[in-house]
Amino acid sequence: MKSKKLEIEQVASFLRDGMTIMYGGFMGNGTPPRLIKAILDSGVKDLTMIGDDTAFGEDLAARGPEGVGLLIRNKRVKKLVTGHIGLNKEAQRQMLAGEMEIELSPIGTLAERIRAGGSGLGGVLTPTGVGTSVADVKMDVTINGQKFDQKQTININGRDYLLELPLRADLAVLEAVVADKSGNLVYYGSMRNHNPLMALAADTVIVEAHQIFEVGYINPDHVMTPSILVDHIIYPI
Amino acid sequence: MTQEMSAKEFIARRIALELKDGDVVNMGIGLPTLVANYLPKDVYLTLHSENGFLGVGPVPDNVPPIGEPRIVNAGGNPCSILPHGSTFDISMSFALMRGGHLDACVLGGLQVAENGDLANWMVPGKNVPGMGGAMDLAVGAKQVIVAMEHTNNGEKKILKKCTLPLTVKSRVSVLVTEKALFRFYDGKMVLEEYAPGVSVDEIRAETEAAFTVSDNLKEMVISQVGM
Amino acid sequence: MTQEMSAKELIARRIALELQDGDAVNLGIGLPTLVANYLPLGVNLLLQSENGFLGIGPVPAEIIPVGQPRMVNAGGNPCTILPGGSTFDVSTSFALMRGGHLDACVLGGLQVAENGDLANWMVPGKNVPGMGGAMDLAVGAKKVIVAMEHTNNGEKKILKKCTLPLTAKGKVAVLVTEKALFRFYDGNMVLEEYAPGVSVDEIRAETEAAFTVSDNLKEMVISQVGL
Repeated sequence: MKSKKLEIEQVASFLRDGMTIMYGGFMGNGTPPRLIKAILDSGVKDLTMIGDDTAFGEDLAARGPEGVGLLIRNKRVKKLVTGHIGLNKEAQRQMLAGEMEIELSPIGTLAERIRAGGSGLGGVLTPTGVGTSVADVKMDVTINGQKFDQKQTININGRDYLLELPLRADLAVLEAVVADKSGNLVYYGSMRNHNPLMALAADTVIVEAHQIFEVGYINPDHVMTPSILVDHIIYPI
Repeated sequence: MTQEMSAKEFIARRIALELKDGDVVNMGIGLPTLVANYLPKDVYLTLHSENGFLGVGPVPDNVPPIGEPRIVNAGGNPCSILPHGSTFDISMSFALMRGGHLDACVLGGLQVAENGDLANWMVPGKNVPGMGGAMDLAVGAKQVIVAMEHTNNGEKKILKKCTLPLTVKSRVSVLVTEKALFRFYDGKMVLEEYAPGVSVDEIRAETEAAFTVSDNLKEMVISQVGM
Repeated sequence: MTQEMSAKELIARRIALELQDGDAVNLGIGLPTLVANYLPLGVNLLLQSENGFLGIGPVPAEIIPVGQPRMVNAGGNPCTILPGGSTFDVSTSFALMRGGHLDACVLGGLQVAENGDLANWMVPGKNVPGMGGAMDLAVGAKKVIVAMEHTNNGEKKILKKCTLPLTAKGKVAVLVTEKALFRFYDGNMVLEEYAPGVSVDEIRAETEAAFTVSDNLKEMVISQVGL
């Protein structure tokens, strides 16, 4: 079987200006640091990034990882789809100054949009955000041939739901604690978060692993992301 | 309210008595996390962390350095997972929140309206951190408890209608301030408890929202843990 | 077609050459499962079982009795899971199917139409087993390969329009019978291979569907494994 091992220097060959990238992690915990650095080093720009949050700003480096903030601080991100930017001053500044477009989404909605995109569903109906500014988002959507320019609220059996559309990306960059050489993944503690969902939802999936094992070392019942979703693995240094 | 106790501590001590042994609870960030300090003996909660686990435990003795695999809470700060805990992905985590599997959540508030609307996630033009998990939590938890100081430097926060962007419509079940406890029944706000030394008139004066006074109005009792 | 080879075996041997090393594949039940017997040396597939795992292995030497925890395939029959396999819930399993994560699926067929429609899940009034996973599989696999005998006791099965209830619309990529191999391009059906000794006229006579004949029409080559 073809090897999935990828050298960090080869990551640039998967990158291009203007592409859409999903990044695993929650407050940077589960965001692959070497892959984010490789994206920066490649020089690509105008990226659309999709992920939970913008982690800890540079000024809070003692508290936690910078995660995707590294790309934001270096002005590589044109648009960000995320749930939280509260601990990254630079992300807030760029948003308020209009330098970076930000689409804020409730995190549960973000997760289910990603899962829908990765599992072939046409959308998600969620009560989250009904009656809030989340319902007032401008969005082009055609339903049964009719064009709408705003997110749709649908009442089903007496309860309102927002119709949220699937999300997909060109590339997903993920972090796992254990991978086998075929791409089966195991996460640790709070590091799983969005990683298994994003593995479903991108055309190319690259995983940075802390440990690599031969195929067969992971009990199939302990696999958290099945191998077929993983295209390439960055081995530990 | 005793002289030496802060409003925040008082609120947290009252909310500690709202929770029952065995409850699965998500405590937001800030004030709500204080509640855990005042739980009565024999009340054990399973705390949910929206980033993907149940059984939030204390900060470990040896925190792994940044960059090493480590467990963090939803604020990104190191913590541990208790022996009965479990980990899962974000889809499952938010299914627990939105799907009504949490007995309660405790959220901070910026404004609460008389119909149970909550605004707690942004101040336009000033602070826009993102709603994070607040909307999913507020829409789905069985009981939404809001911990909020009654006024903000004299400015009223319990209103007829929220002026700040909403987090959720009509989902607040209990609102606890340092002066009062209100419960919401079918979109109607009822004053059920007043803090020691606070009159109903004083509460009315500091509350824009219309509320009724419970027939069983009583003085607030708070957790005495550690006092 | 050699005298001693059944139609089913010939079809399975041809399909075995459609699959590539490393492909993640779901083999339906019945005829399609035969395909695994004829894979060329060096072609290792990761077989998916819709009930929730990847890496289907052979029947174990010792069958665990009914009632004990045991591995079974989607047909409920004992099997094993190979090293490198993984298990998951049915939601994830069908996410793999519907979400386009399987390189191919091989399904049996009752009828196939010239636009790529497939009917394979029920015969009204006679046999209504339920669609099970067939619809999700057919709608999502990157390549839908149908394994079907060309006619049923002289009755045509490759039609202008299916008369039986559909499984999926316009999703068949390859149709293999004991007489012919057709591929579908944007809803157009093309005859690309004929079985040894079978003429295009014979295929036309036994096919109601309109199809074009490929400029590269050639005789079918089948897997020689074990011959």
